[in-house]
Amino acid sequence: MSVVAPVPAAGDLAVGQPQPPARRGRRFRRPRVWTTAIFALSALFFLVPLVSAFKFALQESSGKHGFGNFTQVFQSAPLRSSLITSLEIAGITAVVTLVLMVPTVIWVRLRLPKLSLLMEGVTILPIVIPPVVMAAGLTQLQGKAPAWLANLLFTSPITALTPFYVILALPLTYRALDTGARAIDLQTLVEASRNLGAGWPATIMRVVLPNIQTALFGAAFLAIALVLGEVVISSFLLYTTFPVQLIQEGQAQPGVAVALSLCSIFFTFLLLLALSFLGGRRRGMTRVGVL
Amino acid sequence: MATGGTTAPQLTAPTGPVARKRRGAGRLRGDWLGVAPFFAYVLVFLGLPLYMVLHGAFTNANGGLTFSNFSATFKYAQYPAAFRSSLILSAWTALIGAVFGTWFAAAVLTTSPRNPLRRVVTSASGVLAYFGGVPLAFLFIASLGTFGMVTLFFKNQLGIDLYAHGFTITSLFGIGLTYCYFQVPLMVILMTPALEGLQPQWREAVESLGGSQWSYLRHVAIPVLTPAFLANLLVLFGNSFAAYATALALVNGTVPLVPSLIQATLNGNVLVGQTNVGLALGVEMIAVIMVVMILYGFIQVRARRWQR
Repeated sequence: MSVVAPVPAAGDLAVGQPQPPARRGRRFRRPRVWTTAIFALSALFFLVPLVSAFKFALQESSGKHGFGNFTQVFQSAPLRSSLITSLEIAGITAVVTLVLMVPTVIWVRLRLPKLSLLMEGVTILPIVIPPVVMAAGLTQLQGKAPAWLANLLFTSPITALTPFYVILALPLTYRALDTGARAIDLQTLVEASRNLGAGWPATIMRVVLPNIQTALFGAAFLAIALVLGEVVISSFLLYTTFPVQLIQEGQAQPGVAVALSLCSIFFTFLLLLALSFLGGRRRGMTRVGVL
Repeated sequence: MATGGTTAPQLTAPTGPVARKRRGAGRLRGDWLGVAPFFAYVLVFLGLPLYMVLHGAFTNANGGLTFSNFSATFKYAQYPAAFRSSLILSAWTALIGAVFGTWFAAAVLTTSPRNPLRRVVTSASGVLAYFGGVPLAFLFIASLGTFGMVTLFFKNQLGIDLYAHGFTITSLFGIGLTYCYFQVPLMVILMTPALEGLQPQWREAVESLGGSQWSYLRHVAIPVLTPAFLANLLVLFGNSFAAYATALALVNGTVPLVPSLIQATLNGNVLVGQTNVGLALGVEMIAVIMVVMILYGFIQVRARRWQR
């Protein structure tokens, strides 16, 4: 080896700050073959089911081709009502999550930073306890709870599912909010605001919340997406939410179920993409906490 | 709450050590009140179902304390068989997801940071990894089901009848294939930060010492990434082990996996009077995932050494 690569400038040696790949100097010949191979493989594995599903969904039950399966959600009453139920639960879950978690996250970062580890541990619990086990516990609760509790919780899908969906979403929502709160210098912002004479409500509403806006959107969105897809708990408790209805639909009219599946994947994708633009102004690669 | 409590200590000069101490103690108690709603919420809404599972698992038909539910999960062949197939399914889908996910993430990172492909991959991975569930099942029914597009393509264009050769989308293999559709994207999400942590200077160092691409991989990239890879492999394993939505939608739960056995015992239409055995299975699932998480914790400590 006769050619020596240019010595990087002293600043480049600082470890820890992400650097763009060096543009100067001789580079390795990148093994293009490997990169191309994995892109081709992934395209095959990920696009084929999507394309097949689209073709499948275009076949109407009458045998014709068209978008009838896609518009079915507006015509079928059970589908529509289940979607409305799911949207209601999703909205309330997002609100409850924010009301519960935003003050908690801010509080922990400002006053109890030592509690971060415990918070991480507690918010990871819903992952340790699989949805199916949670659902099993809830069916037991549904069957054995005293009358007042059963009346309070299990008479409507909203009161029955929302409180537990907030828990189920915690691993995602807490991380989204915590990442947002870590990204700003919360302590200094609050001190500055307080020193300038702002009260606590003004500090929170006009200084803290606007600064963690992306995290708020991210957390709310993650909660909504999780609720719209959750099926194990609702089917165990026999509530007809949108995914439960989707499965039932799949047995009678698979075309409709496939069409709606495509739509839900596509809309979630668009929302995540929009979210990545919202938070992506500062860094090259976006992170909504967990993403 | 104490006004101005968070201002820097050097600005609000304390009036003597005693006053400072008393104020500190009072604040500490107040501080805990701030997180009380959160812990109360978790205690009630996570604690209640968890208590019902634990209580049921350790209770016999007469309401007495017993371990017989747990011994039953080892006595009847169907339960260990379900655990075996759940563990095998989780292992191979995790391994495939981890290998291809890492490879794919590395390939994506060779593109320019401004390439729109990155944003698309991140968002798409998020959708598939976290929110797929039921819709993913329908994608695979549409492509590899009995009347799926890929199945028909193989049959009509290539003359190969997949279903005549023993393939079904409702088999464990079919379910595993569907699981890979969310396992690979999850690995992409999990491995990207670790891959970004590889400093270009390291590559340059190998280069200027006369090393090849292979020696960079062999002596730098692979050793640095191994802990993160193993930790994320465990996450994928746990993810697959706990997953049920996709299987529920694919085969309506009639598959010998632990979650569907739990459902069968709860419904009582297949296995009557076995509810508490089902709850014991649930406790065993929690135990498996706890072991996985503890291992994850140990490896993660090592992995963080190279990530800053």
